[in-house]
Amino acid sequence: MTVTTQTVTVTVDGVAVEVPAGTLIIRVAEMLGTAIPRFCDHPLLSPVAACRACLVEIEGQGKPQPACAIPVADGMVVKTQHTSEMAEKAQAGVMEFLLINHPLDCPVCDKGGECPLQNQAMANGRSETRFNGTKRTFPKPINVSAQVLLDRERCVSCARCTRFAEQIAGDQFIALLERGAKQQVGTSEDQPFDSYFSGNTIQICPVGALTSAKYRFRSRPFDLVSSPSACEHCASGCAIRTDVRRSSVMRRLAWDAPEVNEEWNCDKGRFAFPYLSEGRLTTPLVRDEDGNLVAASWPEALRVAAAGLKKSGAATGVLTGGRVTVEDAKAYASFAREVLGTNDVDFRARALSNEETAFLATHVAGKPIDVTYGDLEVAPSVLLVDFDPEDESPIVFLRLRKAALQNRTKVFSVAPYMTAGLAKMKGTLIAAGPLEAAAAIAGAADHVKAAGSIILVGERAATSPGALKAAADLAASTGARLAWIPRRAGDRGAVDAGLLPINGRDTGAILAEAGKAVKGLLIGGVSASDVDGNLVAAIDNAEFVVSLETRHTDVTERADVVLPVSVVTEKSGTFRNWEGRDRSFNVAIPTAGALSDAAVLEELARELGSELSDTNFWASAAKPELVAGSYNASVGAGQAVLSTWKHLLDKGSLQEGEPYLAATARVAVIRVSPATARSLNLTDGSQATVECCGNKATAPVIETPGMVDGVVWIPTNSEGAALNLPSGCVVNVSGGAA
Amino acid sequence: MSFSEQTREKARDIISRYPQSRSALLPMLHLVQSEEGYVSADGIAFCAEELALTTADVAAVATFYTMYHRKPVGEYHIGVCINPGCGILGGDTIWSTLCERLGIGNDEVTEDGKISLERIECQAACTHAPVMTANWEFLDNMTPESAIDAVEKLRRGEEVKSTRGPRIRTFKENELTLAGFDDGLAGEGGNADESMLAGLKRAKELGQSAPEVKK
Amino acid sequence: MTLTPVLSAHWDEADSFTIGGYMRHGGYTAFKKAFATGPDDIINTVKDSGLRGRGGAGFPTGMKWSFVPQNDGKPHYLVVNADESEPGACKDIPLMLANPHALIEGMIIAAYAMRCNHAFIYLRGEVPHVFRRVNAAIREAYTAGYLGKNIMGSGFDLEIVLHAGAGAYICGEETALLDSLEGRRGQPRLKPPFPAVAGLYASPSCVNNVETIANIPYIVNNGVEWFRSFGTEKSPGFKLFAVSGHVKNPGIYEAPLGITARELIEHAGGVRDGHEIKFWLPGGSSVPMLTPDLLDTPMTYEDIAAAGSMLGTGTPMVFDDSTSVVRAVAGWLAFYKHESCGKCTPCREGTYWISDLLHRLENGEGQESDLDKIVELCAQISGRSFCALGDAASTPFPAAIKHFRDEFVTATSTPANDSFDPFAATVFAGATR
Repeated sequence: MTVTTQTVTVTVDGVAVEVPAGTLIIRVAEMLGTAIPRFCDHPLLSPVAACRACLVEIEGQGKPQPACAIPVADGMVVKTQHTSEMAEKAQAGVMEFLLINHPLDCPVCDKGGECPLQNQAMANGRSETRFNGTKRTFPKPINVSAQVLLDRERCVSCARCTRFAEQIAGDQFIALLERGAKQQVGTSEDQPFDSYFSGNTIQICPVGALTSAKYRFRSRPFDLVSSPSACEHCASGCAIRTDVRRSSVMRRLAWDAPEVNEEWNCDKGRFAFPYLSEGRLTTPLVRDEDGNLVAASWPEALRVAAAGLKKSGAATGVLTGGRVTVEDAKAYASFAREVLGTNDVDFRARALSNEETAFLATHVAGKPIDVTYGDLEVAPSVLLVDFDPEDESPIVFLRLRKAALQNRTKVFSVAPYMTAGLAKMKGTLIAAGPLEAAAAIAGAADHVKAAGSIILVGERAATSPGALKAAADLAASTGARLAWIPRRAGDRGAVDAGLLPINGRDTGAILAEAGKAVKGLLIGGVSASDVDGNLVAAIDNAEFVVSLETRHTDVTERADVVLPVSVVTEKSGTFRNWEGRDRSFNVAIPTAGALSDAAVLEELARELGSELSDTNFWASAAKPELVAGSYNASVGAGQAVLSTWKHLLDKGSLQEGEPYLAATARVAVIRVSPATARSLNLTDGSQATVECCGNKATAPVIETPGMVDGVVWIPTNSEGAALNLPSGCVVNVSGGAA
Repeated sequence: MSFSEQTREKARDIISRYPQSRSALLPMLHLVQSEEGYVSADGIAFCAEELALTTADVAAVATFYTMYHRKPVGEYHIGVCINPGCGILGGDTIWSTLCERLGIGNDEVTEDGKISLERIECQAACTHAPVMTANWEFLDNMTPESAIDAVEKLRRGEEVKSTRGPRIRTFKENELTLAGFDDGLAGEGGNADESMLAGLKRAKELGQSAPEVKK
Repeated sequence: MTLTPVLSAHWDEADSFTIGGYMRHGGYTAFKKAFATGPDDIINTVKDSGLRGRGGAGFPTGMKWSFVPQNDGKPHYLVVNADESEPGACKDIPLMLANPHALIEGMIIAAYAMRCNHAFIYLRGEVPHVFRRVNAAIREAYTAGYLGKNIMGSGFDLEIVLHAGAGAYICGEETALLDSLEGRRGQPRLKPPFPAVAGLYASPSCVNNVETIANIPYIVNNGVEWFRSFGTEKSPGFKLFAVSGHVKNPGIYEAPLGITARELIEHAGGVRDGHEIKFWLPGGSSVPMLTPDLLDTPMTYEDIAAAGSMLGTGTPMVFDDSTSVVRAVAGWLAFYKHESCGKCTPCREGTYWISDLLHRLENGEGQESDLDKIVELCAQISGRSFCALGDAASTPFPAAIKHFRDEFVTATSTPANDSFDPFAATVFAGATR
C-alpha cells in the first residue's frame, strides 16, 4: 500500500517547517522542541480543547486558538507563548483560573513531583494567588472502583479519563456529571468503574485527582528508581516501567511502545505484582531422611538434584510452564534433550491435543514475525477463533477495538456467545460451541477473503477438535494470514525453543506415566491448579521430583529437591510476544544470590558433567503432520458441552496479594441460551451448578440470547466458582447450589 | 421503582420519533419524571436499558439539566425567577416571602409533599415580570400576595389557572406533556395577553401598520 | 418610526394560534409558492432579502442556508432553535404561543430550500404550554397535508419533531443544542467541522432561530422589495421588540429595524413618573449596557454596534434610577455561573470567581482593588473560552464599571440594598402599569 502524504509549510515562532497536512499545531511545536502547556491534550485521545492551557496566536486571527485542536494549514504563522504576548497572557490567565480551586495539598498528593499542573504552575504561574474566596471542596476521596480513587477537588475537568473510558477501553462507567463549577467525574450509583484498563486513567490524569488504592500515599516519585520492563502476565508483550523503592516494587506503569501497547496496559499488568515478594522461597530445600523438606546449601541441593536426575535420565519428564523467558526456555530445551536425553518435554500446563502439537510445530515454531499489531489495525477483516481478546490478550483487544471504531476493520468471532469484548469491538458472532468450531471456521471463508485479512487463533483452539486444522486450511485457501495468540508471556518463546513433545510425551502423558515409564520429574512454573489431570498424584507417583520455583506451591511441598529461582524483577531476560517480537529487560532489583531458571539449569548440567548448548531444535526436528482431531461426545439429558476460559482477573496465583484488583474482577456466571435454559430447567438469575468428574462450581444463570444451544459457559478458575475443566467436556448442569 | 410495560411502550414511542435512538434520552427522562416525580437510580437504569447506554452515560445527562431532579419535588414545583429582570422588579421579594410562608428554601419540599421551591433563571417572560412558574406553567405579573394566594390554593387542592395556559396540573402530569404525549390542552389559556398585545393595540390606536405589498 | 405588526398582526384574534386563524390571513400560501419556485431560487430570495438571524448573532440567513452542501447524498437536518433563555429575551415564546403556524410554514420552506426531510424544533423545556401549542400546530399541519410524505403532490417529504429541552441556557449555543438533541450533555462542540458540514448526526445541518424562520413565509409571499422596505440596508426587515423592565406598558412591539429605543420606550408608556432611565440593554444581558444618552441610536445591528453594544436579541430591557447596578450585575454573573457548562477552564472557573467577588460587593464587602481585578478577570475569559457563553459572562461588569464606578466603590462598604431600597424598584411599588 502506498500512502502519499501531503505536506504543508507552517511557521512556529519564526521557524518554518514542513509537516504532513492535518498535523495539530501542538504536535508541530513538539517536533520543534517547543513545549506548549496542556492538560486535556493526549495524542491518543480525540482533541477537546477544553482546558485552554495551550492557547497560541495564529496570525490573522483576533483571538488566541487552542494548539491541541487546530490542524496546521499551508502558510499558517503560529506564535506560541515564547513570541506572542497574546499567547503568553492567555496561558497565564488559564493557569491562574486552573489554580483557584485546586487545593494546595501537593505535599501529600501522590502526583506531587511528577505533576503537570504543579510543574506548569511552578514554571508559569503567579508566585502569589489573587484569589481570596472559598475554594470548592468535596468529600474526599470517592472510590470510582475498588482500585481507583478520586479526589474531586483536584480535578481540572480535562476529561482525559472519561475519554479514555469511552474511546479506548469502551467501558463508559465513568463520566462527567453535573455542570459548570460543580462538574465532576463520577460513576452511576450501581456500576463502579470496573474496567480491565482502569489504571491507565490514573497514569494519564494530569493532576492527582485519580490515584490507586495500591499506591496511594506509598511513595514519592523522586524516591523511586525506574526500570524499563516487559510485562510477564500475558503474551501481549507490553512495555512497562517498574518503579522500585528500597528493593520493593512500589508501582508499575504502562510504558511507551507505539508498535505494541501504544501507551496503555491492563490492570493485571499494572497492579498484579505483590506475588513478586510474597511467599518467596529463600533457600534451596532438600528432603531429609525423615521425609521433611529442609533448607540446604546450593552445592548440596544441586548435588542431590543431579544425582536423582542422573538416575531417571531419559525417563525424566520436563514441565516448564508458560512463564519462561526466551533464555530460560532455551536452557530447559537443551537440558531436557541434550543433558537428560528425554523428549518428554512440554510447556503446556493446560488442556492440549496432538492436533495442537502438530499445529504449533508446523505453523508457529521458529517463524519470523508475520502478523503484527500494526497489521491488525489495517486489516479489512479479522476472524477470531476460540479467542476472546479482552480476557486473553487485552492489548490485542485495544488494538482491534481501535481499528473497528475507525470503521477499518470488521471483527468476526467463532465463539459460543457475544461477549462484552466482542460487542465493544462492534464484532459479529459466529456462534459455535467447542465441538462445532471447526465447521464454523470452514464456513467463514467469505469473511476473510479480502486481501489483508487475518485469522487469530487462541490457545483454547486445542480443545476444539479440528479447529486448528480448519483455521490452517482456511488461511491456505483464502490467503488470509494466521497467527496464534497464547495466554502466557513465555508460551511463544517456549514453542520457538522446542519445549514441545516432538517424539515424546506431552504433559498429559507425562503425568499419566509418572512412576511408570516416567521415573523423574523436573517441574518449572507449574502448579496443581493449572493442569488438567492429577499433578499432585503424579508427583507422589514419581520416584524423584525436582522443582524450580519462585514461591511455595503445592509442587514444592511434594518435591524431593526445590531450587529457588528469581522472579522477573531479579533477572534480565526476554519475553517473546504472540507476534514473535522480543522485548528484553534488565534487572530491576539487584538481588544477591538470585538465579534464573537458566542459571540453575546450567549449574545442574555442570553437576551432571555436561553443559547447555544453544542448538536450534527446529533446524533438525521432524514436524508431525497436522491432522484434525476427532471427538466422540454423547450429551445426555441434563448435560451440556462446556465452554470456558479464564477471565483476565481470576484466582491466578500471580494475582495473589492484591485485594483491590481482585475486587474489580468480573463475577462468575453460568451462561446458556434461552432454549438450553429451558431444556436444562434453569431459571435466569437463579443459581445453577456445573459438574463433571467431581469438579464442580455454582454460579447464577444468565440466559444469553444468540448463544449457541447445547453449550454451557462458565469462567475457569474464577473467584467463587473455581471450576477447572477444559472446554469440550460434557458436564452435568443442574439448578440450585451444589 | 420498576417501570410498567405501558411506560416501556411510551419510551419506545419516543424512540421511534428520532433517526437515532439516543436522541430520545431527554424526553425519556421527562417520561421517568412523569412516573417517579424525579429521576431515581432505577429511572436512570430504565433509560440506559432502553437505549443501550451505560448508567454513567445516562447519569451524566440527567445531572446536567436543571429540570431533572435527583430527589422528589413537590406535587407542585414552584419556580420564582430571580434573574435581575424579574428579581429586581419584585422576584426577590416574592422569593423571600414564599420561603418564609412555607418554611422551606431552595430545592426543598414542604412536609406534606405538596410544594417545592426553586430559584429559577430567566423564563423568556421578562415583559411579564415578576414571573413565577407552577410546574413550569406561567404565573405572570406576580406580587407577594398573589404568589402566596396561588401557592396556598395549590396546596389545598383548589384550582389555579396559569395566566397563559391551562389549570395547573401536577408535576408528573406536565412531565408527561413534555415527554411529547398530548394532553388536549393546547387551546387553553387564550390567544395572547395584554403584554403580548401591547404593541398591536398601540399600533391600532395610532393607526399604524405594516406597508401593503405593492402589486 | 411607526409600529408595523406583521408576525404579530393578528395575535388579538381568539384563534390566532390555530391553522384556521393563520390561513384566514394568507397562511400556508407561501410554501406553495416556494414549491413552484424551486429550492435554489428560495435560497437566493432569502439571500437577497438580507434577513439576518434573529437569535442574537445576526448572521445572514440566506448565506447560512447556502453553506449546506447540496447533492451530497447525505440526509440534511433543519433544527429550529427555540431555546429562548437569554435574560431579557422574550419574543420567540410569545410568537410560538400566538402564531406557531408561521414557524411551521417557515420550516417547510426552509427545509425545502435546503433539501431537508427531517426537521426538529428544540424548545426549552420550561414552557409546557408552548410545547402544547406548537405540537398542536404540527398536528394540524400534518392533517392538512402540509407535512408528511409527498406534500401537496410535490414529491417533497418533511417530518417535524418537537423536542423539549430540560433546563440549560447553554443549549442556545447551536452546537451544544445539537449535542443535546442527540441525547447528550449540552456542551458545545469543537468547530470545525461546522454544523453545515457535520451537524446533527454528523450530517449537514442548519440551526435557525424561531423568529428568523417565522419571517420566511412573509418574505416569500410579499417579496424581497417589500421586506427591504423595512429597516436599513444592512439590517432590513421588521422585528419583535420585547420591551421590559421599568416601563409602564412592557410588552411586544413589532417595528422595523432602525426604530430607536426611545421610540419603543415611548410606545411602552415611558418610565413611571418621577423616575429616569439609569441604564438599558439593547438585547439581552449578554450585550453591554448603555446609558440614556444613547437612547436615540437606531436599533440596527450596525448602529448599536457603533454605539458600543450589540443588538443581540433586540429586546430592550430598561432599568430606572431606583435600580442598584451592583445588584443587577451580580445577579447576571450568578446566572452565567449557574449556566456555565463546565467544559472549559476560563468560563467554569472565571464565572465562579467573578460571581463570588460580585456577591460580596452586593453585600457591601470588598476592596476597591477588586474592581480592577474583575475587569482583568473578564479579559481573561473573553476571547479565550470555548464558546460565546464565556464572552457573554465577561460583558456586564466592564460595561457597568465604565458608567457606574462610584456606585461600585460605594459597594465595597455599603450593601446594595442599603444604597437602593429594593422595594422601590418593584412592580408592586408602581414601577410598571
